[in-house]
Amino acid sequence: MYKILSRKELNPTVTQMEIEAPLVAAKAKAGQFIILRVDEDGERIPLTIAGSNKETGAVKIIFQVVGATTEKLNHKKEGESIQDFAGPLGKPTEIEGKKSVCIVGGGVGCAIALPVAQAFAAQGTEVTSIIGFRNKDLLILEDEFRAASKELIVMTDDGSYARHGNVTVPLKELLEAGRHFDEIITIGPVIMMKFVTLTAKPFNVPVTVSMNPIMIDGTGMCGGCRLTLVEDGKRVTKFACVDGPDFNGYEVDFDEAMSRARMYFPFERKAHEETCNLFKNA
Amino acid sequence: MPLDPKKHEMPVQDPQVRAHNFSEVALGYTHEVAIAEAKRCLNCKNRPCVQGCPVNIAIPDFISCLKQDDIEGAYHVINKSSSLHAVCGRVCPQETQCESKCTLGIKFEPVGIGRLERFVADWHNANSNEAPKKVASNGHRVAIVGSGPSGLTCAGDLAKAGFEVTVYEALHTEGGVLVYGIPEFRLPKAIVAKEVDTLKQLGVEFVTNAVIGKTLTVDELFEQGNEAVFIGSGAGLPNFMNIPGEAFKGVYSANEFLTRSNLMKAFRDKCDTPIMKGGKVVVVGGGHVAMDAARTALRLGAEKVYIVYRRSMQELPARREEVEHAEEEGIQFELLRNPVEIIGYNNPDNPRDERNGFVTGCKVIKMELGEPDAKGRRRPIPVEGSEYVIDCDAVVIAIGTSPNPLIKSTTKGLEVNAHGGIIVNEDGLTSRANVYAGGDAVTGAATVISAMGAGKLAAKSIIEYFNK
Repeated sequence: MYKILSRKELNPTVTQMEIEAPLVAAKAKAGQFIILRVDEDGERIPLTIAGSNKETGAVKIIFQVVGATTEKLNHKKEGESIQDFAGPLGKPTEIEGKKSVCIVGGGVGCAIALPVAQAFAAQGTEVTSIIGFRNKDLLILEDEFRAASKELIVMTDDGSYARHGNVTVPLKELLEAGRHFDEIITIGPVIMMKFVTLTAKPFNVPVTVSMNPIMIDGTGMCGGCRLTLVEDGKRVTKFACVDGPDFNGYEVDFDEAMSRARMYFPFERKAHEETCNLFKNA
Repeated sequence: MPLDPKKHEMPVQDPQVRAHNFSEVALGYTHEVAIAEAKRCLNCKNRPCVQGCPVNIAIPDFISCLKQDDIEGAYHVINKSSSLHAVCGRVCPQETQCESKCTLGIKFEPVGIGRLERFVADWHNANSNEAPKKVASNGHRVAIVGSGPSGLTCAGDLAKAGFEVTVYEALHTEGGVLVYGIPEFRLPKAIVAKEVDTLKQLGVEFVTNAVIGKTLTVDELFEQGNEAVFIGSGAGLPNFMNIPGEAFKGVYSANEFLTRSNLMKAFRDKCDTPIMKGGKVVVVGGGHVAMDAARTALRLGAEKVYIVYRRSMQELPARREEVEHAEEEGIQFELLRNPVEIIGYNNPDNPRDERNGFVTGCKVIKMELGEPDAKGRRRPIPVEGSEYVIDCDAVVIAIGTSPNPLIKSTTKGLEVNAHGGIIVNEDGLTSRANVYAGGDAVTGAATVISAMGAGKLAAKSIIEYFNK
């Protein structure tokens, strides 16, 4: 069992927890993920690591309540425990040798983008961050991003806070104005990462995307997390758990990834409703 | 009494009934039948069956005990060579191992050695309260990577020799392929748990959720005070066919399909892990994993399950018994067929149609058998223009695995072969000092018992090394 050391609601649907997992904390690097199970009958879900502390053995996760498992997790209180917590899995984000990067985060993806921005900032890389949310209520981690970035641009889809529009608008402006980035790292909804990649393409800037497909074991056994890369015109199957989760944005078949992510949507909707009802009736 | 030329039949659940439940198919010998079957053993002098057993169980000796109705005695004979009796009695391919060498088998059907082993193990588990005795420590610590058949066997043998053993398991439950791969109806998970429990009583420690190569490296296992490491990390990434359509929703690797059902318990109502149930299912492949996947799909409620295999029944590598069970249950074998494309739904007028991207069929081509290849198996050759589509809702691909890269990429000096399998010598030793390996991580996908044999060999080598 893994103890919940702290729990904090960042917005109405996004919660941050610190989990006591010293072996994971000792190794965790920005860009890696963990697999957790809330209880004995629970499913295994991957969550990207949002931070870790070697001294306290705490691993920070930030999750949005989207289905039955995240609903159950969200109902766990500080001091309670979750059944399983394995990691750190996947390859860390490559941060070496970059002088200037642009971090583009969307929604709860910003929770994962933050440690990447912080890792770059800590080694002296100049970080420009663009973070986007549907509306003001869903905004998270603004101060933390500001501290890690030389420049921070906040966007909301509905204009209820900061600039109106999506993240590709300021990205395009910066690139058109001749701003140089060694790399753009984008983390968020697949559709957003697709359009960030398309926006960057005419400017020939490398784009790294963080993929978060459906996974079960997360250790390179089940193949559920597979995605297709187009390398030199050839379609190649890769596994996000061991080959990723970071990939070259120009090679990822985003449309296929989006379709695969919807495989269990009807099942998840129903399971989430049933779980919500359980808590309502409790 | 004249010798019965045939093995005593194994009672099984009725095919019509068992096709809809996950309870064990084979029900096991009764006491009387077991004794009667034991009496068929000739107790011949040259004991060829022992050579046929990858862990060299003293088969005639345990059968002799049985003949005298000393079941616990029989158990102790088996226990000297195998730590996973109840597992082996169920999943070993005895017909190509011990039973294939049986002297009685020259003229008649061989002795049902596997069925007798199962009887002895089940009887012991049900009737014996004898706790396994913990052996005094010899002060040496060994780490084992993976709690599948090779790891459990190695752990058992080392613990019995006084080693302090810690087994690291990447998943949340011990047992490896015995838990995530082999279905409940062939190997009840309670039996695996019992075997793991026995090892715990012998003093073996288990650490779950520990992914070696990530959570800890092999070098760190040495830094923590282990003097030897055995890598039994099992098979790795599933192979796909590299045909169009494999990314459609409803296409599973057998590993994923079986893991969802077995490890995550998707076959039960109360679990949270989803799996596609019902509809028509095509399973590609002819090995035991393909049989397990097909029979699981059927039990999950599929209205029709096809096995698509590119050679004929003669070359099909699964055990005969499993093929017969599958046929009885109504699984349809589409032999000499090979998938060329998986077809998915696409509504051109509505990109938001929820059915878009789901599997609707599997296009296969007919095959003919040509000349035998280097291994002596006749090579399948496609018959031009013979393609047709099998309508289906899911495709499960069971065509093998490639080794997992996690340990290889984080262990300096660990040599692997062209297929990514860890290279070992005749003692099970790798290219790294005091690092041993065995099972699928070395050989690629093979059997439970061959993995156990490898775990046993490594344990023997480790014991000899420290006794020098």
